[in-house]
Amino acid sequence: MRIDQRNKKTFDIYNIMENIKKLILNTVPTAVIEEKQKLTVTVTFDKLHLLAKTLKENAALPFDFLVKLIGVDRGEELGVNYLLCSSTDLSKELVLKTGTTDRENPLLYSITDLFETAQYNEREVFALLGIRFINNPDMRKFFLNADWVGYPLRKDYDANPELNPLSLESVDMIDIAPRITENEKGELVEDTVNIFGEDDYIINIGPQHPSTHGVMHFRTALDGEIVKKIDVHSGYIHRGIEKLSESLTYPQILHFTDRLDYLSANINRHGLCMAVEKAAEIEVPERAQYIRTIMDELNRIDSHLLAWACQTNDLGATTAFIYGMREREIILDIFEKTCGGRLIINQNVVGGVMFDIYNEFQKDVKSFIIYMRDKLKEYDRFFSHNVIALGRMVTIGVLSKEDAINYAVTGPAGRGSGWSCDIRKHIPYALYDKVDFKEIIRTEGDSYARYLNRLDEIEESLHIIEQLIDNVPEGDICAKVKPIIRLPEGEYYSRVEACRGEFGVFIESRGDKFPYRLKFRSPSMALVSAMPLICQNEKVSDFIGIGGSMDYVIPDIDR
Amino acid sequence: MILNYSQPLEVTNLTSWLDSTLRGSLSEFWVLLIEFVIVGALLLAAYAVIALILIYAERKITAFFQARFGPNRVGKWGLLQSVADMIKILLKEIVKINRSDRFLFFAAPFFMIVASMLTFGAIPFGKALHAIDFNIGVLYVTAVSSLGIIGVLLAGWSSNNKYSMIGAMRSGAQFVSYELSAGFALMTIVVLAGTMQFSTMIEGQRYCWNIFNGHISSMIAFVIYLISGHAETNRGPFDLPEAESELTAGYHTEYSGLQFGFYYLAEYLNMFIIASIATTVFLGGYLPIQVKGWVDFNGIMDYIPSYVWFFGKTAVLIFLSLWVRWSFPRLRIDQLLNLEWKYLLPINLVNIVLMVILVLTGLTLTDLLPGIF
Repeated sequence: MRIDQRNKKTFDIYNIMENIKKLILNTVPTAVIEEKQKLTVTVTFDKLHLLAKTLKENAALPFDFLVKLIGVDRGEELGVNYLLCSSTDLSKELVLKTGTTDRENPLLYSITDLFETAQYNEREVFALLGIRFINNPDMRKFFLNADWVGYPLRKDYDANPELNPLSLESVDMIDIAPRITENEKGELVEDTVNIFGEDDYIINIGPQHPSTHGVMHFRTALDGEIVKKIDVHSGYIHRGIEKLSESLTYPQILHFTDRLDYLSANINRHGLCMAVEKAAEIEVPERAQYIRTIMDELNRIDSHLLAWACQTNDLGATTAFIYGMREREIILDIFEKTCGGRLIINQNVVGGVMFDIYNEFQKDVKSFIIYMRDKLKEYDRFFSHNVIALGRMVTIGVLSKEDAINYAVTGPAGRGSGWSCDIRKHIPYALYDKVDFKEIIRTEGDSYARYLNRLDEIEESLHIIEQLIDNVPEGDICAKVKPIIRLPEGEYYSRVEACRGEFGVFIESRGDKFPYRLKFRSPSMALVSAMPLICQNEKVSDFIGIGGSMDYVIPDIDR
Repeated sequence: MILNYSQPLEVTNLTSWLDSTLRGSLSEFWVLLIEFVIVGALLLAAYAVIALILIYAERKITAFFQARFGPNRVGKWGLLQSVADMIKILLKEIVKINRSDRFLFFAAPFFMIVASMLTFGAIPFGKALHAIDFNIGVLYVTAVSSLGIIGVLLAGWSSNNKYSMIGAMRSGAQFVSYELSAGFALMTIVVLAGTMQFSTMIEGQRYCWNIFNGHISSMIAFVIYLISGHAETNRGPFDLPEAESELTAGYHTEYSGLQFGFYYLAEYLNMFIIASIATTVFLGGYLPIQVKGWVDFNGIMDYIPSYVWFFGKTAVLIFLSLWVRWSFPRLRIDQLLNLEWKYLLPINLVNIVLMVILVLTGLTLTDLLPGIF
């Protein structure tokens, strides 16, 4: 019976994907379709926009969620990979590939008009690979200064420090964006646009500011107390992790993942380990899966507690902030006892985990679950129904479901907008298909929905841990893995549900012990990209409050 | 005679002894001059000492709310922490800001501290511990305490900093609004007490505090006064002008060293001033709890010196203010102004009329139950 159902399901998926293939070939007959880890479609650069549009508007299965936009220097050509998936079913994935052989003046067509999230990603690709996108309204470099010499992710990049000397001069902010557009006659026009109006009162919120949660810089145009426009400047702690990874072995790269979103360090690392394990076909022992899942969920509680604490602090309630920290401390202690680290715990390795759980682990975690449930009630009494808190969160910063999908806002924020986007449900990994938990979805889309979502997700995480903690099987904690891992040639994707949304890893391997190209999908970048939209016409205080409810982590954006 | 015997700890004896000794050997002019200087010096010293104690107390109480220890390194239980902080702040460099309006920038903190000092001087701390007893005491306090806003606005304007500017503008709007409510709440009690002089007002509350005397109306006035007074001190849910998480430090972002210290001191002292005015006007000031007819009980209560009563009552109100401050998140500017102009002010106006009716128709507690109160 179950086998029949499974077969039927497989058959359905097969059918749907066959239909999609037909649709692609009908739209672009020259498209090359390959069955790799994901269904991969290669088209010429002038057909890409058309194909993306058709796929997005496909009524049966709309591919309207742009998960990753990856620029790759393929050697002979500079290209971009787009990982699309359907917002209704995240497991339906499709990779579009395009590229240009012109290395002097590479131009591709922008898909910003279809997927808003492409905006910042295309700017990132421009900064790092030098590809300009036609019709993108704002082609400034993201992360890097406009005067940076060279494009770091190109294989022929000259990293000589003399080319880009460390400047101690103060540089004025330039609010003029170059762009390149195609007019009706099909001619390309290069011009510039002013980001702000002549008389705008512009205030810099960041890079040094108590509520940007890191070195983030929002150029904010104010009309009295009301936010008119926000311009996001990022890259103050850009470390070039993706570039660095290209000359390091996989076990070495693992350490970088912890330093992206340091609050979901363990989950990020889980994502990269999964990508490598899938590619190298390494079987992870059952015990390691249990430990990974439990640690991931503890990590999620830890992160959500901090998010809750910071959000209350952004709203001006310092005491609540300390309460969140108090509970978080217990999880950090458990981490420390397990593997010595508190924030960055270095627990996952390729093939399993590095440290086994300690003897009292189960006891500690179980007492924490009881304690935490009690404290959740306290949070509810203390803050969740406070009349001032409600006034600062309800109907503030509303993000509609369409916008959430368009800006690729996932995680508690996306689910607060009514979008079912939990990777743990859609594409279960580790032990998430064996445990029972609810995906918390609210449809209001305001700060309060995001706030409540986090608290409810803490409860769900506790529930997941409860189901696993007594059943950790005996056995190895790590599979036998060679010290130097060579991945077979190919492109590998993995997706996990980090605390702030979907974290993704893309590895392009050319059979070497180093990755040819490695890309991390940053959930925080999507959150920040939605900020200008949802903060418009809100008060400047609410801008801070909304920032707290979105809960972005800056190193995750800058990478 | 009995009173002198029962209150050995009052300072009345000390002051009258000092006065008569001076008069014995000096002319009227010198007596007054010396007394003025002594009173001034004592007030200044009290100002600083009370601020230091308040800072320590707030840090300890906050720590208690927040499951922390608070200062516990300098001295026993961290008692010397405030002193150490004060020494540090005195030694700190006063940073000069480029392209700021130098004169106004330096003048601003003085407005703040002078305004709160002037108010501080008019507070009755206890029997014979009352520097100036105007016949328009309430009006004077209301008028002088609102000078402080000039310091805030000037600081915001002269700092050449957009955060400071926004903070100062918020503060201006907030202060003007809430000063109205605070003033009206006090006026309600002036209607009840029939005087603006603090000493007469306190004496009138010997057996029945104003907060009970005017029952409904007084209670409303008391609550409104606490809210608006709290808002005037820029603390708690009303700390928008500083709004640490939005405007870094609001209007005093650019200040350092002693100048910042002035703002810091003034903030704490304003909290004290608001609480002490509430004590004086609503809670019987420095008078002990007295019940008509209970002679022994009254005698025992009287034995506790008046300044202890005053500081005790004030401390309770300050604790309330801290409790609110550390429990609530911050309001937004429009919510803040809504609260004042749409709720507090209309309620207040109706309340004054209500109080007038209560007094005229003889419905206050002293009129209704003269035997008890």
